[in-house]
Amino acid sequence: MKLLRNLLDNVRPHFSKGGRFEKLHYGFDAFATLLFVPGTTTSGKGVHVRDAMDLKRTMITVIISLVPCLIFGMWNVGFQHFKAFGMETSHFENLIFGFWKVLPMIIVSYSAGLTVEFIFSVMRNHPVSEGFLVTGLLIPLTLPVTTPLWMIAMGAIFCTLLGKEVFGGTGFNFMNPALLARAFLFFAFPAYLSGDVWNDLSPEAGHALVDGYSGATNLVMFDTNFHKLPDGMSLFWGFEQGSVGETSVLACLIGAFILIVTGVGSARIMISVFLGAYLVGLLLNVLAPANMLNHSMHTPPHVHLLMGGFAFGAVFMATDPVTAAHTATGKIIYGLLIGGGCVTLRVFNPAYPEGMMLSILLMNVFAPLIDHIVVERHIQQRLKKSK
Amino acid sequence: MPDDNTIRIRKGFDILLEGEADKNIINAPLSKTVDVLPSNFKYLTPKVLVEAGEGVEAGQVLFIDKNNPEIQFCAPVSGIVSEVVRGEKRRILAIRILTDKNGIQYRDFPKQNPTNLTAETIRQRLLEAGCWAYIQQRPFGCIADPSLSPKAIFISGFDSAPLAPDLTFIITQEPDNFKTGIEALARLGGCPIHLGLKKGQNLMSIPHTEGVEIHHFEGPHPAGNVGIQIHHIDPIRSGEIVWTIHPQDVIIIGRLFNEGRYRADRIVAVTGAQVRKPQYYKVQTGQHLGSILDDDLFIENNRIIEGNVLHGQQVPENAHLSFYTNQITVLTEGDEPEFLGWLLPGFKKLSLSRTFFSWLAKKRKYALDTNTHGEERPFVMTGQYEKVLPMNILPVFLLKAILAKDIEKMEQLGIYEVVEEDFALCEFVCTSKIDVQNIISEGLEMMRNES
Repeated sequence: MKLLRNLLDNVRPHFSKGGRFEKLHYGFDAFATLLFVPGTTTSGKGVHVRDAMDLKRTMITVIISLVPCLIFGMWNVGFQHFKAFGMETSHFENLIFGFWKVLPMIIVSYSAGLTVEFIFSVMRNHPVSEGFLVTGLLIPLTLPVTTPLWMIAMGAIFCTLLGKEVFGGTGFNFMNPALLARAFLFFAFPAYLSGDVWNDLSPEAGHALVDGYSGATNLVMFDTNFHKLPDGMSLFWGFEQGSVGETSVLACLIGAFILIVTGVGSARIMISVFLGAYLVGLLLNVLAPANMLNHSMHTPPHVHLLMGGFAFGAVFMATDPVTAAHTATGKIIYGLLIGGGCVTLRVFNPAYPEGMMLSILLMNVFAPLIDHIVVERHIQQRLKKSK
Repeated sequence: MPDDNTIRIRKGFDILLEGEADKNIINAPLSKTVDVLPSNFKYLTPKVLVEAGEGVEAGQVLFIDKNNPEIQFCAPVSGIVSEVVRGEKRRILAIRILTDKNGIQYRDFPKQNPTNLTAETIRQRLLEAGCWAYIQQRPFGCIADPSLSPKAIFISGFDSAPLAPDLTFIITQEPDNFKTGIEALARLGGCPIHLGLKKGQNLMSIPHTEGVEIHHFEGPHPAGNVGIQIHHIDPIRSGEIVWTIHPQDVIIIGRLFNEGRYRADRIVAVTGAQVRKPQYYKVQTGQHLGSILDDDLFIENNRIIEGNVLHGQQVPENAHLSFYTNQITVLTEGDEPEFLGWLLPGFKKLSLSRTFFSWLAKKRKYALDTNTHGEERPFVMTGQYEKVLPMNILPVFLLKAILAKDIEKMEQLGIYEVVEEDFALCEFVCTSKIDVQNIISEGLEMMRNES
């Protein structure tokens, strides 16, 4: 440990002002502060002690809360693959298969996005932010396992560049970068993000695809006849096809639990997203045409909560503090609108079966407006009291 | 006292630290020099009226406020002015007095019962004896403007800050002077006096003076901050002025009328994990800190703070006690880098978030150091400040209005109600390590220049 410290201290002069690599000093800082929490002390005025929490800790907490989704996702990649070939395999084999499929996606996503971050830290002379630690993991989790790696790299670069850095970096972006990456890929390469893409179908020696194998996801199925959906329990556990990290509602709920207990994620947003979707689902049930029993408006509301990327979006995407509403009341409105918007999009817009992504991005754009209204109301209230 | 009118503060946080002061008062010997420091007073431009070599009595004017010459600042001790210490651009840093060896000579003021005096007489007495500076006003949190009258006077009878002195203990040392001080203020202001007490707090000497209203508070820090109490009792509206004063300063005003002299000694709690024997000291305003702290601290690399860890000010070891100080805290400087500190479970780290396992031990006391635990970042997390600010104010939006220099928004969002210390906990919890109090201070200064 001492050795490492000395090494860092020895090379530090090269990166500080006047040194050979002066321009790279924020890049160096990013590494050095990752290894050692710096010995900076509070200024003599203001608080003298600080809460131990910083942005690095926040981000690592989110990553920990994503681990259940990640592990389950890896397992499911293997499970779906072997199922398609009709092979009997152990849980461990499933996990290992998925691990080797998902790991490259994660590595590519991190390296592409972090490269952009580092380049910008040099160009714009600002510290490398911790924000991408989470974004880099979210991107692969929201994509099908069959997404080509170059595409993941493009998504990561696009979202870091146009989703964040052009606005000034983490804290200044107005749309969730990870979702932006997914939206970009979704619209730029639709063939790779919908249809029979959810499953890794690389051939297995001596095996052929089982008869009647279908790669359609629930969201496609739901639109034609929601009665054909798997039962609620398997949707909840997540033994279905879908993007890597989003299939298991249970894993998402474990993540939600970690986020809420640690105080990192907003329970207010999560609950109102679920509530909004449930209420709109109920409303649609009431309004559904009585003579078309297979119409998607008849879908029981709880199925909406279990299906597709809803839970994943509600827990990990809608709660991004930067792009969500900032006021307490605003968060509730924002959450309700996301949930309601998601169900509405799913039911009425068959072209984009995944309503969650679009709904969250839309509300990201509206969040400042929601906050503005809440703040104005707050000011009115204050004025009224002072009369 | 009926309990049903207790005001419950739900938001906030008690930072439990090691090194609470024992209830034991030591009379610190008077130091050789005593400094009176103009920098203790916000927005003050001093004009010095004494010269080096001049003899002074306790209660004699040393300097006045150039912008408001009525406000005078007096010597707390008698002796010879040894030096007017100046800094850059001849700014006055201190008026140094070589103290008399054989006791303090006090200038005589009439001993009078303030209930028999007019408001104007009391005002004149406080001004000429140098006691006016103890009265603070809001908005802005500076010395009250003697030409304006307040709508109310607020006194917080307890301090809820980390390791704060027990004010009941201090007040009960001189109950009569406290009572007289309150009476003088009631007479002077001609307005209600609101005394905020902790639920269950018993001040034997609560004066049954007309116009004194007692309010009970319950809950974590900042329940004891007078600003929070004002907000819950009778918030400041646009154009209004309220006065605040610390109980210890009420006692000094009481002495002026009971004893006929400006006796500015005060009881200071010396606290913190780095202090060998944390306890109370009776000291003179302006006294050299060395006389209190010498031999009393654990090894070096300490930070000495006048005030508490949330909104005190760092001072060098050879500093002199400031005008308003009631507490000294000594902490370790946390300038050691920590390997992977952001990743470790953190059983010994204090955090409001439950991202460190230390949250499982709720009653644990900490020996915190001054490390920032991370670097400054833009605002990212939301809803954090709201958890520790028990006021109907949107903290982040107020801060952003200040950063944007939007005077109108600042006013609408309630900057008149706050001073820096009310936002201290927000600064403590801030994940992005933003200097919140500094921003508030800038905002207040902008508002003051505007009006």
